[in-house]
Amino acid sequence: MSDSTCQSEPSTGAVLDEQDRAIVLATQSGLPLVSDPWAAVGQQIGMSAEDVCRRMQRMQEIGVIRRIAAVPNHYRLGYVANGMTVWDIEDDKIDRLGREVARHPGVSHCYRRPRHLPKWPYNLFAMLHGRSREEVERQAEELAALLGHASRDHLILYSSRILKKTGLRLAVDSPERT
Amino acid sequence: MPSLINQLDTLDRRLIDGYQRGFPVCERPYAVMAGELGLTESELIARLERLQTLGVLSRVGPVFEHTKAGASLLAAVAVPKNEQEAYAELINQAPGVNHNYAREHDFNLWFVMTAADEEQLDKRLDHLEAELDRPLLRLPMLEGFHIDLSFPIPWQELENP
Repeated sequence: MSDSTCQSEPSTGAVLDEQDRAIVLATQSGLPLVSDPWAAVGQQIGMSAEDVCRRMQRMQEIGVIRRIAAVPNHYRLGYVANGMTVWDIEDDKIDRLGREVARHPGVSHCYRRPRHLPKWPYNLFAMLHGRSREEVERQAEELAALLGHASRDHLILYSSRILKKTGLRLAVDSPERT
Repeated sequence: MPSLINQLDTLDRRLIDGYQRGFPVCERPYAVMAGELGLTESELIARLERLQTLGVLSRVGPVFEHTKAGASLLAAVAVPKNEQEAYAELINQAPGVNHNYAREHDFNLWFVMTAADEEQLDKRLDHLEAELDRPLLRLPMLEGFHIDLSFPIPWQELENP
């Protein structure tokens, strides 16, 4: 588990050209399980296997692709409870505390986001995964202890239903696949 | 839904553990993986197919960094509970939406909107906001403290709850 931080200003994706985008679109739902997946992807988008492979390597080098993986479905492995915890953290402490929260074993991602007062005072989001709500609640208590008085308030928002979950959907203006 | 963990043998687990990153980007990637696990290429492919069919693997492929591969934004909207389905359907059909979760809060629908760039992202959000006729809570990521979704799977712990 890495606890790297990333840039604070999201870039606009200008590092990708049209062919890179075509590869992103063709691979975001997974690579074909065939002997030469790069050729299979290339065939879909009119590119050679070598081109696809080279561009995949480049996108990895520049960090557009974080990793290439056999991506497990944690829900199917028994992590059936997912709680989005949201925290109202003192602004001058959030950098340090965000890093600490991110290091907690149950946290899969952790972001600073803007408040929208008065309805939404929360500026730190940490996603917790557990085998039960009790486990998620225990983890949230550990985070609350770690944050102490710097956290003025927090909530756990459980997902009651997954209405849609797909990979990244990029760039196309036509209705995407569901 | 019961966990499928008991249907996974040692090799399945090694495969999942060993390839949370580092899928070989070379000519015959599955042959390389197979070699590392002592399988033939076709045995390995059959295993991956089975794990995908079971749903234990959601896919084999790249995990993109959204902030570099385009623009994306987490948004939430409060809708009447008895009309949640209809609103969710509108959201799911909007171009660029990739996740949509019902959550237990006044803001009860949470989704991620994606686009090629910030300009297109704003347009898509404005359009959807008008269509829903409800204000969107727009929650762009200002800083990512921990952005890698891979985390080690404690097999034994999961087997013995």
